[in-house]
Amino acid sequence: MSTAVAPAVRRRLLVTEASVPALARGTQLRFDGMRERWVLLVPERVLAPDDIAVEVLKLCDGARSVGAIIDELAARYAALREEIAGDVVEMLQDLAKSGFLVEAGERHP
Amino acid sequence: MSPTMTDASPVLHDPKDGLAVLERPGTSIAETFGIPLAVLLEITHRCPLQCPYCSNPVEMERASNELTTTEWKKVLTELAEIGVLQVHFSGGEPTARKDLAELIQHATDVGLYSNLITSAVLLRREKLAALADAGLAHIQISFQGTDPVLANRVAGFRNAHAKKLVVAGWARELGLPLTVNAVMHRQNLHLLSDIIDLAVDLDADRIEIANVQYYGWALKNRAALMPTGEQIEEMAAIVEAAQQRLAGILAIDFVVPDYHAVRPKKCMGGWGRQFFNITPSGKVLPCHAAESIKDLNFESVRSNHSIAWIWKNSEAFNRYRGTGWMPEPCKSCAFKEIDFGGCRCQAFALTGDAGNTDPACSLSPRHEEMFKIAVKEAEAGANRLIYRNFAGGTLEPEPADGA
Repeated sequence: MSTAVAPAVRRRLLVTEASVPALARGTQLRFDGMRERWVLLVPERVLAPDDIAVEVLKLCDGARSVGAIIDELAARYAALREEIAGDVVEMLQDLAKSGFLVEAGERHP
Repeated sequence: MSPTMTDASPVLHDPKDGLAVLERPGTSIAETFGIPLAVLLEITHRCPLQCPYCSNPVEMERASNELTTTEWKKVLTELAEIGVLQVHFSGGEPTARKDLAELIQHATDVGLYSNLITSAVLLRREKLAALADAGLAHIQISFQGTDPVLANRVAGFRNAHAKKLVVAGWARELGLPLTVNAVMHRQNLHLLSDIIDLAVDLDADRIEIANVQYYGWALKNRAALMPTGEQIEEMAAIVEAAQQRLAGILAIDFVVPDYHAVRPKKCMGGWGRQFFNITPSGKVLPCHAAESIKDLNFESVRSNHSIAWIWKNSEAFNRYRGTGWMPEPCKSCAFKEIDFGGCRCQAFALTGDAGNTDPACSLSPRHEEMFKIAVKEAEAGANRLIYRNFAGGTLEPEPADGA
């Protein structure tokens, strides 16, 4: 039984509005109650996502497409879709390059 | 919509992807939060390998002194409760403990993120799958080189290298993020480029290129391991080029050698500031080499004290915490809160007093002497190793083939 294979996928993952991103294996988004902040746990590292990164990471649920994530954020922040689309794709691409996001389709056993 | 830091929390850098680093090997802002974010658990000192630079103390704990499964579980629960987020299961060889899957499952159950730091030679595929199923989040596998003859000789274990390659493949098949750990020294530095390429071939996420740090076993083997100045210059160039070439493919962490340094490393991020480890018998140490400092006593999880109490109040943690303990030249140094006087274990090993300035610092009166030792030992080229074992070490036989 095999699950998401981060690095190989990472090298292939080119984020488009059709992509369906999910957190890679070994990447865990968690609320740290002790320190009252969100943390992203990755191999031998602890990262602190900023508020926007937290919202975006939460939407990377392996079900929503990037297009749907953009729709959601546009509605939530009353922003124009075409004004934020490029930024969201760029940010997701950066997260994918760091190995934290994979294409959900690749996660199936 | 581009992410920015929206609160005043201290960060190591302000990143483009909205992810500030709170902790990574060698750097952390954990002290801001009181308790370390990650803790090293040396669950056993038993190991089939005999690497001459092992970070375990020369006097190792026997199996009979190791914490029991129940005791380790209690430790894991306590760590999660006091705010630790990650644990590194290490050793010795952590897979030598039959209860490793049970311990990882418990770590998962109490909400801890588990890393496994292993030589890999004892793993079978089903065993690794069981660890992954228990919630293991990441595996780090050590490699001693790329040339199997040299790698097996350094490890003191037949076929170690071939086995590691196989296990690394299984790790990727199981979807585990993989780090290659490469400890570098005079006898394998010529393979540095190859080791980086090996990590790429193995589809690793990350490689940790660590120069040997000379305490304990490595100090015994210093003459056989000390790199030449030329090697160190080449190494820096190779690592820098690889970091650029492999950006987005392989993350490269680099632990620099300190015998050739001008400024000392901020060892452990400062004594008792952001790191502790727990030994096989449950001692809580400010550094995995701290037991080499002979005049310190360390509290155990088997005592009546909580781990949080030991961290905050024990004598060993407070002895070199902060800057108040510092003698000159540290005391009046502008860098005293940058490097915290370097490494206490190294100060003890080379000057006999852990309270002295680390001789890696150019301001130490012993600095010149230390550098000369490095040059002399590297040039002498005495390559026979002293293998790590419970008997206090065994000198490698004379090479039959002149290798």
